[in-house]
Amino acid sequence: MATEEMEQLVRRDYKEGFVTDIESDTLPPGLDENTIAFISNKKGEPEWMLEWRLDAYRQWLKMTPPSWAHLDYPPIDYQAISYFSAPKRPEDRPQSLDEVDPKLLETYEKLGIPLHERAALAGVAVDAVFDSVSVTTTFKEKLAEAGVIFCSISEAIRDYPELIKQYLGTVVPVADNYFAALNSAVFTDGSFVFVPEGVTCPMELSTYFRINAANTGQFERTLIICESRAQVSYLEGCTAPQRDENQLHAAVVELVALDDAYIKYSTVQNWYPGDEDGKGGIYNFVTKRGDCRGARSRISWTQVETGSAITWKYPSCVLRGKDSIGEFYSVAVTNGRQQADTGTKMIHIGEGTRSYIVSKGISAGRSNQSYRGLVKIGPRAKGARNFTQCDSLLIGDQCGAHTFPYQEIGNSTATIEHEATTSKIGEDQLFYCQSRGITEEDAVSMIVNGFCKDVFQELPMEFAVEAEALLSVTLEGAVG
Amino acid sequence: MSEQTFLDSLARRGAKCERQGPEPTWIAARRQAGAARFEALGFPTRRDEAWKYTDVRAIANGEFALAEDPDFSQTVAATLTLPIDAYRLTFVDGVYAPALSQLEGLPQGVQLVPLSQALTENHEAVGGPLGRLTGVEFSPFSALNTAFMEEGAVLRLAPGSVVDKPLVVQFLSRHGKSPVMSHPRLLVEAGARSEATLIEHHVGEEGATNFTNLVAELILERGAILDHYKLQEAPLGDLHVASIHAEQARDSRYTSFNLNLGGGLVRNDLISDLNGQGAVANFYGLFYGQGRQHIDNHTVASHNAPLTFSNENYKGILDDRARGVFNGRVVVKRDSQKIEGFQSNANLLLSDRAEIDAKPELEIYADDVKCSHGTTTGQLDEEAIYALRARGIDLQTARGLLTLAFAGEVLEEVKLDAIAERVELAVAGKLPERFNLAGLVEAAAAIDEQ
Repeated sequence: MATEEMEQLVRRDYKEGFVTDIESDTLPPGLDENTIAFISNKKGEPEWMLEWRLDAYRQWLKMTPPSWAHLDYPPIDYQAISYFSAPKRPEDRPQSLDEVDPKLLETYEKLGIPLHERAALAGVAVDAVFDSVSVTTTFKEKLAEAGVIFCSISEAIRDYPELIKQYLGTVVPVADNYFAALNSAVFTDGSFVFVPEGVTCPMELSTYFRINAANTGQFERTLIICESRAQVSYLEGCTAPQRDENQLHAAVVELVALDDAYIKYSTVQNWYPGDEDGKGGIYNFVTKRGDCRGARSRISWTQVETGSAITWKYPSCVLRGKDSIGEFYSVAVTNGRQQADTGTKMIHIGEGTRSYIVSKGISAGRSNQSYRGLVKIGPRAKGARNFTQCDSLLIGDQCGAHTFPYQEIGNSTATIEHEATTSKIGEDQLFYCQSRGITEEDAVSMIVNGFCKDVFQELPMEFAVEAEALLSVTLEGAVG
Repeated sequence: MSEQTFLDSLARRGAKCERQGPEPTWIAARRQAGAARFEALGFPTRRDEAWKYTDVRAIANGEFALAEDPDFSQTVAATLTLPIDAYRLTFVDGVYAPALSQLEGLPQGVQLVPLSQALTENHEAVGGPLGRLTGVEFSPFSALNTAFMEEGAVLRLAPGSVVDKPLVVQFLSRHGKSPVMSHPRLLVEAGARSEATLIEHHVGEEGATNFTNLVAELILERGAILDHYKLQEAPLGDLHVASIHAEQARDSRYTSFNLNLGGGLVRNDLISDLNGQGAVANFYGLFYGQGRQHIDNHTVASHNAPLTFSNENYKGILDDRARGVFNGRVVVKRDSQKIEGFQSNANLLLSDRAEIDAKPELEIYADDVKCSHGTTTGQLDEEAIYALRARGIDLQTARGLLTLAFAGEVLEEVKLDAIAERVELAVAGKLPERFNLAGLVEAAAAIDEQ
């Protein structure tokens, strides 16, 4: 598409405010204000949303990418990325699974996620995101009955502008960090969950993100709000087909928990990690933050990270409310030439706040993995409590495991504990298993699963099963 | 331009030195490299990861002259000097003070001399090791030190030599008309199988506001054993930055006791390179901050060879508005198998306005290793206080006893009783609630002796 035509298009759409009938396509690589206007128009967003995005973009221009992480990757050319791709025929948005392009369904089948079956059997509502646009949303009615809003963020901007205005960007401000600013400018889709006062969400909510079209970065934006005494468990899972070029993924997830609310956010991330030489693979730069605004609120992050060439991710909790609780359970597995710099931040602001961190890292092959965590106790966080445990397991002598826990403690009544160990799989443990007829690979898998047990038991059932399988697959060929 | 103040001072110093005659070319070249490096880097800011928690503006914005003479009252010096039988080299504001030094009777094969003397005698023998471990690249402060370097202590231990008494290098800080700075060097060459105890003692007159920027390089040859005490009792207005770098050959053992009571702003970078199999590094630290003291300890145990061992235990006690920083790092290089690295840091906050920033790091590139670190921060245990009070001990005393007990775990590693007791008394005496803890300490010592 010629620039001129494009500009025309943008200008026209902008004037009209809402656009639903544009031919679907993928934007050519490049990022400027026009790109953002195009995305905003495509999404049929109101003007204030476009302003919000442009504000983020202008701030992003002034920022520099973070360099403190223990990661090594060539600089990213943000102009070489295409910022929007939609599936064919978005105007015929499928209303049910039957209407979904059979090719799409085939991809799901290949990935081993029979959508309808899973939805029906497990009672999980699925808001499947395929290349940036929500394709199908199920179980909406059941949720609506309970008063729970579960939709794509684009729909939410359209249908619930007041909630979006009130909450979007309040946990992760637009210029929070380089990648969050980029996301705020160009995010294309994601999920929105609103659980009203006193409601316990009747089912576990789940979104499966997929990255498919080559050369497209995905920029999801997720916002989950739990009002007083509300509860929700949210599952996020990711897989990606094999790719040769590095793909950028910079998501932002914001959680807001009011008085006595409880949000449980679980992630299984298994994007393409690159081939044996580290070629290809996803760059995963994610900002996830939960805000325990209300008293006695609780936010729990559970993650199983096995994929991506590079992971830069620190799900955090801002413990503002009195006696609020933040939890972080993580298993990260790196193999091949994967690099992961991940951990959490627990910011204790309110009185009597508590946080609990369990991080298990497994490095194999030539991979490098770092735990980087911050526990900050503010002067008003009387009686704050933190316990951190991070253990690393090394498989092979070419990998690296690192721990960088930051503790900033400004209150004498706080109690902070941090423990970390680094070890390898014991020869005696392997011998014990092998002498009972278990193959070396199975033995390693068993031992690793045991090592990760503390975290796996925090996962919802289906995820726990998937996570164990994922671990075995990721570590294939790491031993022997 | 605060850096400019220092560069100007450097220029003035250079002009003065030129009149005294030319320096050996290697020194001039390094001085120049140091100045250039410092000019390029400038003072670190809190945006630098290594200085995230430590603000050095008090140094950067200060104006410090260079001391001209080592005049110091003998009587005052006597009260400040460690009351132990030792060989002693004294510097007053960085200037060598022969009158306050005692080097008679040094055993055969042991040489403890001021740097200026070592340079006059044979500057080439100094030029090799000096600056090899801590070059101008290490930090803006090491660059600044190199640019200004002039005085310090050189300790050489011949292979197999064992020093019968501790060797004290004493740095006295004066309360003069205007603040001064010093950039001392400490160079230790411990020959194979030599054994020595080195005490680096920083102390001074109350009210002093001087800046000390020390660089210490310790080279331990095969099988050498060195106990290195750093007793920091400088006045509360003093600013102190130090880089201590040890290099350990096979089977050597380096033990650092970093006991920090004084100084307004203190930053220590303690590094040990474990380069030979069987090398052992022990880092013991205790820091006690009160008032507005800021004490920052960065340590690195770098396992560069297989079968090396490091063990670290740092304890911090912070009162009033004091701020402590602990950043410990254990690095295991690729192929450094069968190593053990342990690190422990515990901190006690006695006041609501005290703060501690701890960062225990592990960086591991080998798989057959046993590494762990633990760090805790908390207040005094309410139940322990209750237990003591139930036995008729008042609250203040109970708190004091428990604080002392907390420090005890590090102090019991201290081999020199005179130093352990001195620190115990200081911790006891500094406790906010005054009580005759000194008497208790003495009583406990008496029981120990029986």
